[in-house]
Amino acid sequence: MLDYIKSYLSSDVTPGAAGNLFWAFVYILLIFLGLSVAVIAMNWLERKILAHMQVRLGPMRVGPHGLLQPIADAIKLLIKEDIMPAEADPFVFWVAPIVVVITTFTVFIVVPFGPTHAVTDMNIGVLFMLGVSSLSVLGIVMAGWASNSHYPLMGALRSSAQMVSYEIAMALAVVSAVLMTSLNREGTGTLSMIGIVQAQQVQQTWFVFKFFPLGLIAFFIFAVAMIAETNRAPFDLPEAESELTAGFHTEYSGFRWSLFFLAEYSAMIAVSSIAVTLWLGGWLRPFPHWLRGEPSDLVFSLFPGLTFLFLAAMAFYSTARMPKHPYFRVQTIGLAGFGAVLALVGLILFVRPVRDRIQDIYWFSTKVAFSMYMYIWYRGTFPRYRFDQLMKVGWKVLLPMGIGVLILTAFVGVLL
Amino acid sequence: MVAKLKGQYGSGIREASTYLGQNYMVVEPSIIVELLQILRDREQFDYCVDVTALHYPQREKQFDVIWILYSFPRNERIRVKTMIADGETVPSSVTVWPAANWLEREVYDMFGIRFDGHPNLKRILLPDGWKGHPLRKDYGIIQQDQEWVQINLGIESGQ
Amino acid sequence: MPDRTTTDPTTYLSHLELGEPDKTFLDSNELIINMGPQHPATHGVLRVILKLDGEKVLGTECVIGYLHRGVEKIAEHRTYAMFNPYVDRMDYVAAVSNGLGYCEAVEKLLNVEAPPRARYIRVILTELNRLASHMLWLGTHALDIGAITPLFYTFRDREEILKIFEKYCGARLTTHAFRIGGCLYETYEGFEGEVKKFLDFVTPKIDEYEELLTTNRIWVERTRGVGVISEKDCIALGVTGPVLRASGVKWDLRKAQPYAAYAEFDFEIPIGQNGDTYDRYLVRMQEMRQSLRIIGQAVERIPEGPIMAKVPKVIKPPVGEIYHSIEAPKGELGYFIVSDGSTQPYRVRVRPPSFVNLQALDIMVRGQLVADVIAVIGTLDIVLGEVDR
Repeated sequence: MLDYIKSYLSSDVTPGAAGNLFWAFVYILLIFLGLSVAVIAMNWLERKILAHMQVRLGPMRVGPHGLLQPIADAIKLLIKEDIMPAEADPFVFWVAPIVVVITTFTVFIVVPFGPTHAVTDMNIGVLFMLGVSSLSVLGIVMAGWASNSHYPLMGALRSSAQMVSYEIAMALAVVSAVLMTSLNREGTGTLSMIGIVQAQQVQQTWFVFKFFPLGLIAFFIFAVAMIAETNRAPFDLPEAESELTAGFHTEYSGFRWSLFFLAEYSAMIAVSSIAVTLWLGGWLRPFPHWLRGEPSDLVFSLFPGLTFLFLAAMAFYSTARMPKHPYFRVQTIGLAGFGAVLALVGLILFVRPVRDRIQDIYWFSTKVAFSMYMYIWYRGTFPRYRFDQLMKVGWKVLLPMGIGVLILTAFVGVLL
Repeated sequence: MVAKLKGQYGSGIREASTYLGQNYMVVEPSIIVELLQILRDREQFDYCVDVTALHYPQREKQFDVIWILYSFPRNERIRVKTMIADGETVPSSVTVWPAANWLEREVYDMFGIRFDGHPNLKRILLPDGWKGHPLRKDYGIIQQDQEWVQINLGIESGQ
Repeated sequence: MPDRTTTDPTTYLSHLELGEPDKTFLDSNELIINMGPQHPATHGVLRVILKLDGEKVLGTECVIGYLHRGVEKIAEHRTYAMFNPYVDRMDYVAAVSNGLGYCEAVEKLLNVEAPPRARYIRVILTELNRLASHMLWLGTHALDIGAITPLFYTFRDREEILKIFEKYCGARLTTHAFRIGGCLYETYEGFEGEVKKFLDFVTPKIDEYEELLTTNRIWVERTRGVGVISEKDCIALGVTGPVLRASGVKWDLRKAQPYAAYAEFDFEIPIGQNGDTYDRYLVRMQEMRQSLRIIGQAVERIPEGPIMAKVPKVIKPPVGEIYHSIEAPKGELGYFIVSDGSTQPYRVRVRPPSFVNLQALDIMVRGQLVADVIAVIGTLDIVLGEVDR
């Protein structure tokens, strides 16, 4: 058994490419688990970060600093009464959240967390990603239509119009990134997600900096389009709270609603990981070429452990600052325990074989986390666009920009 | 101004005086819209502040309907009053000031005074099917339309 | 900016003809949507029936009265002094203004005048209240348009005002700060210092709000050219307050017919030109700064002396009637009080600014999008407690 695991760890292809069904299954489970944890963490972090941006504290009651709040929320959602409007189309109403969740999760099949850490390395990875992620609009339209109510319907229509139009700008930006992979001396382009990151490795630059500022503009287009794709502020019209109460999921509650919630956050993570893969060098650590050699390799490989130790230190600091009242004893002990677990994980990450394997995933997640932080920041900062303005931005600004960038990238690539 | 208007309408304007520095005039209901129109166009009372009513159950003409007007250029207010009996109608001033739209609806709602020519005269604050007009003096302070409460709220009484 | 009331008088009078709700609404082009009475953006229990073509608004009809408490009826069964706390419950975010209007109206009817110190205290508290009201407006308006952060900033700063109220009269929201004839409470120890400290505290905060919104591209796009109403339409519809001033009418009751001690202060009336939502936003922001100016002057010059005029224990105004109005944060707040010589008013009519301003909603949103309806409801700054009374 151990040998089997070891033999796998030394392999350098993804399980999908190796045709190893067992490992592929393990990976799918891991991704599912990791995503669920990430969504829970995002839930807490978003509320906390947003709260601190808005001079308030956010959740503070359930667990120390509200750490257990997402779990409490999840329990609440699961035991809630399952309400289906009498006029709704039961089957479509039932199937819509599942469609949304499945499509968003399926995207992660091609997302490479490391050179071998992906379920499979598809040679049409980018195409697959674009195709599958655009399917989720189907689920949203189904949800809006099946509710048989005005607000969800309008939310769903807004959502579909928005996603369809931003997908074009998004695709143009993606194509220009793909084009960059082929503009090397070998002239071999690729649509494979792993291939794209490897191309960035070979070309010694993240694509966001390539053909400056073309890569940056393409990244910007993608970054805007991905916010619109995931229906987040300032493009959160489909669920514009002040206009449409909650948009397409107004009639949903309890577990079905939590599926939408899960899908929304997973979609955010999915598009962020695509952006990271295409432009921010995927799993590559910063400055792989400028800071080459044994010492800087070592320093960068210590980062994961240091991060966890830092988090542990923060937990211990908060523990020390907890009120000294007996009422808070359980919370204080819990927070200290949480800090201890974090510290332990951090220490394990310093062990040589682990830190070598974990580095790719660490850098990838860090970049995704940064992107997620930006999501929260936008939400705290911007008012919401109006629908016609949103369309204007999509069709009159991003689309011409995307076409321009694409053409220029092609020209520049050929000339250089 | 009053003299000029009096000259035009004669006995239509019954009274025009000042109380505590505030001007008011009492006019016949038949000329009210015409007068308001003239006040707006010729005397520059371009802003209809309020339309309201008073109920004097012991009088023969039970209701006072009052327009409070303001003139931006003259920085002056004036109240125009007219008296009507219960069941009589007043011509609507919506054609003079659109602002009177909801204000007249409220007067109708509260006093049951009907305005002739109002485009959408229905209750505004109370529910459509309510019986009675609460600001009339004969409407008790804890009186309610029990029937409405029972039908629409499904409770015995709202008190 | 077309004057719709004069060029096409039918537009403002039309209303929706609502038949039976269409069961197969997917087949029809026109959609009738019920916004409210429970809706996150209608500021309480306003119900707006929207007739839509896609997202375009063809017409609206407001259904109000969900918060009707019969304030005017109650007034007829209370003595003059007993009715005083009730007026705070109308525009509950600007309770001090309501109280000021009522007290001054009754004082006029009694032919007494509050002593100078009382009038200065009234000005300070009323202007603080205007600030609080505008802050609440700004927070909720920004929230409606999708910026969630300003809400918390404005509420943080409004809290400081409420603290001053609480220290002065013990209540934070429905203050009942003034009495007929003056003020009941002398200012507490260190009142002037605290107000001055507040002025220093809040000036940079207003800059902060402006920094977040005034030049924010999305904010400008969402508000400029939205809910335009012309000067003539405003006057014809009786719209007052910042909405009227944003359309370019330089009219403020504090200047036009000064009450309390407003004649003694130096301040300006900010006006806009376009009468759109952005101008109304700017006007209100400027008004907040002007309020600070007034408070600053009032605190500097507050005279010593009595705070209560000689008012009989039992208030029995002579037979007569009075209309007195003040510039509340929302517009002209008028009280029409009729006395029959007894201890209870024969009739109290409140001229609510929100109620009259809300009439303009239809003309402002017709032809615009659903999202603009929200923006316009926000920019009208209505309080349903006052609309319904």
